[in-house]
Amino acid sequence: MKAAVIVFPGSNRDRDMIAALEQVSGHAPAIVWHKDTEVPAVDLIVLPGGFSYGDYLRSGAIAARSPVMDAVRAHADRGGYVLGVCNGFQILTESGLLPGVLMRNASLRFVCRTVRLSVDNADTVFTRGYGQGQVIDCPVAHHDGNFFTDPETLARIEANGQVAFRYAEGTNPNGSLNDIAGIFNDSKTVLGLMPHPENLIESAHGGIDGRALFSGLMQVA
Amino acid sequence: MTFNNDLPITPQLVADHGLKPDEYEKIIDLTGRRPTYTELGIFSAMWNEHCSYKSSKKWLKTLPTSGPRVIQGPGENAGVVDIGDGQAVVFKMESHNHPSYIEPYQGAATGVGGILRDVFTMGARPVAAMNALRFGSPDHEKTRHLVSGVVAGVGGYGNSFGVPTVGGEVEFDERYNGNILVNAFAAGLADTDKIFYSKAEGVGLPVVYLGAKTGRDGVGGATMASAEFGDDIEEKRPTVQVGDPFTEKRLLEACLELMKTGAVIAIQDMGAAGLTCSAVEMGAKGDLGIELDLDNVPVREEAMTPYEMMLSESQERMLMVLHPEKEAEARAVFEKWELDFATVGKTTDDLRFRVMWRGEEVANLPIKELGDAAPEYDRPWIEPAKPAALAADDIPQMDVADALLKLLGSANLSSRRWVWEQYDTLIQGNGLQRPGGDAGVIRVEGHAHKALAFSSDVTPRYCEADPFEGGKQAVAECWRNLTATGADPLAATDNLNFGNPERPEIMGQLVMAIKGIGEACRALDFPIVSGNVSLYNETNGKGILPTPTIGGVGLLPDASQMMRIGFAAEDQVILLVGAPDGRGSHLGQSLYLRELFDRKDGAPPPVDLAHERRTGDFVRKLIRSGIATAVHDLSDGGLAVGLAEMAMASGIGANVPDLVDLHPIPAWFGEDQGRYLVTINLDPHGEEIVALWREAESLGVAAPWIGRTGGKRLVLGDARPIPVAELRAAHEGWFPHFMQG
Repeated sequence: MKAAVIVFPGSNRDRDMIAALEQVSGHAPAIVWHKDTEVPAVDLIVLPGGFSYGDYLRSGAIAARSPVMDAVRAHADRGGYVLGVCNGFQILTESGLLPGVLMRNASLRFVCRTVRLSVDNADTVFTRGYGQGQVIDCPVAHHDGNFFTDPETLARIEANGQVAFRYAEGTNPNGSLNDIAGIFNDSKTVLGLMPHPENLIESAHGGIDGRALFSGLMQVA
Repeated sequence: MTFNNDLPITPQLVADHGLKPDEYEKIIDLTGRRPTYTELGIFSAMWNEHCSYKSSKKWLKTLPTSGPRVIQGPGENAGVVDIGDGQAVVFKMESHNHPSYIEPYQGAATGVGGILRDVFTMGARPVAAMNALRFGSPDHEKTRHLVSGVVAGVGGYGNSFGVPTVGGEVEFDERYNGNILVNAFAAGLADTDKIFYSKAEGVGLPVVYLGAKTGRDGVGGATMASAEFGDDIEEKRPTVQVGDPFTEKRLLEACLELMKTGAVIAIQDMGAAGLTCSAVEMGAKGDLGIELDLDNVPVREEAMTPYEMMLSESQERMLMVLHPEKEAEARAVFEKWELDFATVGKTTDDLRFRVMWRGEEVANLPIKELGDAAPEYDRPWIEPAKPAALAADDIPQMDVADALLKLLGSANLSSRRWVWEQYDTLIQGNGLQRPGGDAGVIRVEGHAHKALAFSSDVTPRYCEADPFEGGKQAVAECWRNLTATGADPLAATDNLNFGNPERPEIMGQLVMAIKGIGEACRALDFPIVSGNVSLYNETNGKGILPTPTIGGVGLLPDASQMMRIGFAAEDQVILLVGAPDGRGSHLGQSLYLRELFDRKDGAPPPVDLAHERRTGDFVRKLIRSGIATAVHDLSDGGLAVGLAEMAMASGIGANVPDLVDLHPIPAWFGEDQGRYLVTINLDPHGEEIVALWREAESLGVAAPWIGRTGGKRLVLGDARPIPVAELRAAHEGWFPHFMQG
């Protein structure tokens, strides 16, 4: 599995993501600057967390229109894997690679805490390291994680197995629809999620529940 | 546009600049003429309390600032301390009190921005932040609004910038009703051979402006922060700066990249008094003059006058002296990060600070005198009267279980989760202890075992009652919190928040607190390497509680031996290390009296520094020998609260019997200093624990076995057993309920 991490000027969990990919795979991912128009040939492109361009407007709205996103879209269109975490998820919805939007948290406050996630569809490259319905710990740290979409889209993604993770056991931190924490695209090659599995991959983090997401991905040739 | 640089300097104009008549006379003496309007602005920026430390300098000089690990003490952007392996921790704490009261979100946000900049200006990548926040009474009409805005501002800036908040303090007291305190701490990591300083070197070299553009925000901010508040506070809103963490993040990356090119000779961030202060400091420290050409300063507003440009406190700006042959390389770095880069002046050999604007010289002043020769006062002070000790027969009684639950659910002891869950505590992936323990701990990236511990401490009600003992106690508690994690305390930064120093009783508080801090730092080998003074925290003549906040840093040689506060397992022995006879006795100025009986009398608990040190050293030894399984220092609320906190952190209860013939209230709620709760994994009837006690005795430290962990309830003597879940409910409930209104 070859991976590339896209770095926007306001990315700030890029280093966490790079460290996680490197620890689990043993290889350093390629780093791609937001102004680049090409991404090296990789299996996986990762959009990390942060505040891509400050996000004073709508989180991810400017990033979705940045030069590098054409290359990310082309990669996704070819069936390449794309993972967006937190701000990365926001950029994926803003760029149309994933359905729905991420609104302000219902509390209107930033929230950083560990929540419980249930694995809603374990039959994908991203989630095969988990069991179907398995409940794991995972931290969140965001201000705009309140997933919303119209009823038709919601029904479609629910019916199509596009919900990857749901907040479990009453730990929904942001008011998202159907407790949705992460979703796939139609073909399950693009995943966006608000929680940060990259911050829970070694015992020093207080747990390793995030690790299986990366180890599952690493099995891709 | 007209700008009159030769505005008549009336006594009113001088007063409006916060300068006293005798200070104005000094300006005339120094320049030999009447200053221009721009010059008057420059003097007001450099000579105000905030920038010149004119009331406190005499006393700050008495603090211990050196030690075997200290690379840089006070006087630079931040202190630098060696942590071995060619690495250093760079840290400082700074106040943003006045702006945060006027505009809580932006005031707090730019406070965080300013302290982060201080750290990365020195070449360090910020790795940890803390915030010590003090608000007025919970029932004061503005408090909820201020808490909400300040916490959102701290989070809004730090979360976007990408630094984990690892700890801090939140306290309420009516004495902060008109003046809240926002003390922001930041620490970064750097290589010891790649530290950058503000001292300019070399004549004729380019002075380069980097970062955000200059606007009118914050004009006169430092002068505002050096005055009391009156009823005109709403008019001061324009003096508050506006923060842009996205630009700060780019500035961080650009500065660190630029430093790698070898282009940087000197660097100074533009904080208080912006361009004026940074240029003067770089020149004065290097014994060089500076000439600025304001026509080259990147501005974001039209028709800015030289006066405004010199006094603007627009955020996210840096000034550097660069090697001219590397200028193109440097420019490329800043263009990559889409930040302004402009050569705005040069170093000169004439020790003058000259400012040019549209071909005209609008200021020409002696540079050394602007900084070094700022007025310095030996202000009159009187030693505050010491309160009488609490009489032994004057202790109000209450059911121990009721008192504990009430204390845990009180404004000042309840959980701060509502606050710290708005801060990103996880980012960078190195956090080992998040807020809620004795100290925040992060591992040192790039090193297999090392970790750093951070704690921020002061007990203002003790300082009010006795500033000398209170100053000692702030240092001792910080040292104790670091020790409780297993860290060797390295050094500290101080943020001294007081009222109007022109009042002798306030000056007396400042003097005595500094004396106490100095005595404790010397006794504990815990030097002060950086700091900040915030005076005039008064509104309509009413001052805050004296609040000398201490931010300490400790080093854990091996993070695998780090201690947490939660009970580690069932059926373990609980020791009270450092216990006085009867476990505890001192209720003067205690939270028990204050929160439960609204009494603020008595003397604060004295700190026996020799005992503090030997007790802490013994606790660290227990930790390193692998005997200790959990450690928690005792402070506010005493033994009962300490035990409850250990139980709540783990879900495991404990049973601690009363001592026979002992008054339960002082034992459970006394705030005697120098005590730790330590759980150990030893047979209480075996040989090893006897050896431990023998060693403790030989060191002069009492370590009585007071109880055992286990079960789901906290059993304190004969008091009604309290389920841990009930403790948690009391502890977690207050803050969210309060904020809901």
